[in-house]
Amino acid sequence: MGNEMKLTKLLTSAALALGLATTAMADGHEKTKVGFVFVGPIGDGGWTYEHNKGRLAVEEEFGDKVETVFVESVAEGPDSERVMTQMALDGADLIFTTSFGYMDPTINVAKKFPDVKFEHATGYKRADNVSTYSARFYEGRAIQGHIAGKMTKSNIIGYIGSYPIPEVIRGINSAFIHARKANPDVQFKIVWAYTWFDPAKEADAAKVLIEQGADVVLQHTDSTAPQAAAQEAGNVVTFGQASDMSQYAPFPRVSSIIDDWAPYYIARTKAVMDGTWTSTDTWDGIGAGMVGIGEISDAVPADVKAEALALKASLADRSYHAFTGPLNKQDGTPFLAEGETADDGTLAGMNFYVEGIEGDIPQ
Amino acid sequence: MIALEKRPQPSRAFSLATPVLAVIATMVFGGLLFAALGKDPLVAIKTIFWDPLFGQYAFFYRPQLLIKGAPLVLIAIGLSLGFKAGIWNIGAEGQYIMGALFGAGVGLAFYPLEAFYVFPLMVLAGALGGWIWAMIPAFLKVKFGTNEILVSLMMVYVAEQFLPSMALGLMKNPEGFGFPGSRNLQQYPSAFNADLIEGSGMHWGVVAAMVAVILAYVLLTKHRLGFAIRVTGEAPRAARFSGVNPTRLVLFCLGMSGLLAGLAGMFEVSGPAGQVTIDFNVGYGFTAIIVAFLGRLHPVGILLAGLLMALTYIGGDIAQSNLGLPAAAIQVFQGMLLFFLLALDVLTNYRLRFGRSEVA
Repeated sequence: MGNEMKLTKLLTSAALALGLATTAMADGHEKTKVGFVFVGPIGDGGWTYEHNKGRLAVEEEFGDKVETVFVESVAEGPDSERVMTQMALDGADLIFTTSFGYMDPTINVAKKFPDVKFEHATGYKRADNVSTYSARFYEGRAIQGHIAGKMTKSNIIGYIGSYPIPEVIRGINSAFIHARKANPDVQFKIVWAYTWFDPAKEADAAKVLIEQGADVVLQHTDSTAPQAAAQEAGNVVTFGQASDMSQYAPFPRVSSIIDDWAPYYIARTKAVMDGTWTSTDTWDGIGAGMVGIGEISDAVPADVKAEALALKASLADRSYHAFTGPLNKQDGTPFLAEGETADDGTLAGMNFYVEGIEGDIPQ
Repeated sequence: MIALEKRPQPSRAFSLATPVLAVIATMVFGGLLFAALGKDPLVAIKTIFWDPLFGQYAFFYRPQLLIKGAPLVLIAIGLSLGFKAGIWNIGAEGQYIMGALFGAGVGLAFYPLEAFYVFPLMVLAGALGGWIWAMIPAFLKVKFGTNEILVSLMMVYVAEQFLPSMALGLMKNPEGFGFPGSRNLQQYPSAFNADLIEGSGMHWGVVAAMVAVILAYVLLTKHRLGFAIRVTGEAPRAARFSGVNPTRLVLFCLGMSGLLAGLAGMFEVSGPAGQVTIDFNVGYGFTAIIVAFLGRLHPVGILLAGLLMALTYIGGDIAQSNLGLPAAAIQVFQGMLLFFLLALDVLTNYRLRFGRSEVA
């Protein structure tokens, strides 16, 4: 225990010394230092690529007043804890940790550096100096589902899942609900790739789905391999995931869900500069601009495009919720009554399919 | 003309010198790489090799060196026994995963019981998990003559499927709101592989690694089994004449390396990592192969090589953050180390001859 005190003291005094440097910052002499911990390489074209774009936007916005640092391809677990500690020791004022697996490490490090602000993406543990933030990607999935339902001729829509976790299941449900609304005969075929990013596995998954008759393939994985597979097949519709993937537009990529972290990163950096930062839980969607919908290409008929844009507008101004009753769960038990909308707690922990989706969620 | 000429005896001097030369060559060519990327090469090399050990925040990085190095050393020691005898376990990564799953599984099964015997049972389970996973290729080899390189490697992919299955299913934290990952064993005192002295980085895995180094040294130099391992690798025919039982040797070498890899996984999951997660394994099992060869398959060499690799990881992350070096450049830098080691290794068995080579 005594030794723990010593280490904590040591770290705190290091943090204190940095705290002095931070005070100087208010006079405009010192830069605000913002650290980013990335789970993949910044050139992954998906998840980390978009977070890094957010970092660059912070630099663009504040110029000389900020300094950003980042470490890419940081494994979750002790490696991430070390990298965060290193950034805090080196004087970071604000650290964004951009993967779910960084949750416990972020909390551990935040305890040792009470004066440093932390922002953890997609987690649920907060502290006085730890905020969480995530995006309502399921809103984008609703639009995809609508377009998919209208575009499919075989009435079979393929879906490449990454891992069977609430985030992904929520997306499948939202896409399915709106595909069925657009086309009551639609069926979903779901393949679990057990990866976030693996071009080879994703290509295999896409090919399996196409062979099973899917002429629309949705994906919750980050590479463009499914687009390439769809292009090869010739008549299969896809959507960009995480980033725009516009190199496959106008076809097979007809639209996309884009993670846009820039507005949030700029706002939170500003809050640290102004001294107004507090611990918050942010879950923003299309309305706040955190979820972007990539341009709907001309391969989509004009009336479908108009409907999709109207859906987008209603999601953005909150006049419509992507999970609105009447909805039943897969086993037929009631989920939402007529006109009722799902609360955030239910959405956050969603571990069931809605009625009409076939197959089981792997356990 | 420069010609290579086989030495009558491998050069002992070069055998010891090549790791050092490889490190120096890596620094030189790595420095050139960093310079080409527009960074000051001297600052970059200093950031990677000097700052973690003697820089301003060395008090934090030195313990990290133990945390990062311990699993590498523990696994590499096990691998080196087999490698010396020409028995190739390439699947330590899978054995590491299975050790972690067995160990964590026992811990999670006891949760929330607080008792002194929970952690020792987890250690036994971890060792057992790694051992079982390595005995599969061992058994197939001695029974059916399969190739242990292929089988042990394939078993990694099987283990990598078990891991998400456990993290999302059986071992998922029931209080985790449906998110993947087990309970954090760091918050379960009876199962937590904590630092023995807080903040020192000295957890039981570090102790185990050091014990393994000593025991391996004793085994190889003093014990009959160590003699059998060495003679089998150097002269298989002579080994047969001297009464070495190749079946037993295969079972011992693969089993022991699996056991140590399993222990490494168990100490990691119950300590620094804390959780069974989808991405728990970070490649220690494969990096340990580099460590084993960089350390000349010698226990003390492996200890030093493990710490050196840990240093390049830790220093590499600092260089990324402070100098803006891309992760890929750091990985190339680490790759150079093995490349130069193997390239320079030629000089152990061959010597350079200058002048016209004679046609025989």
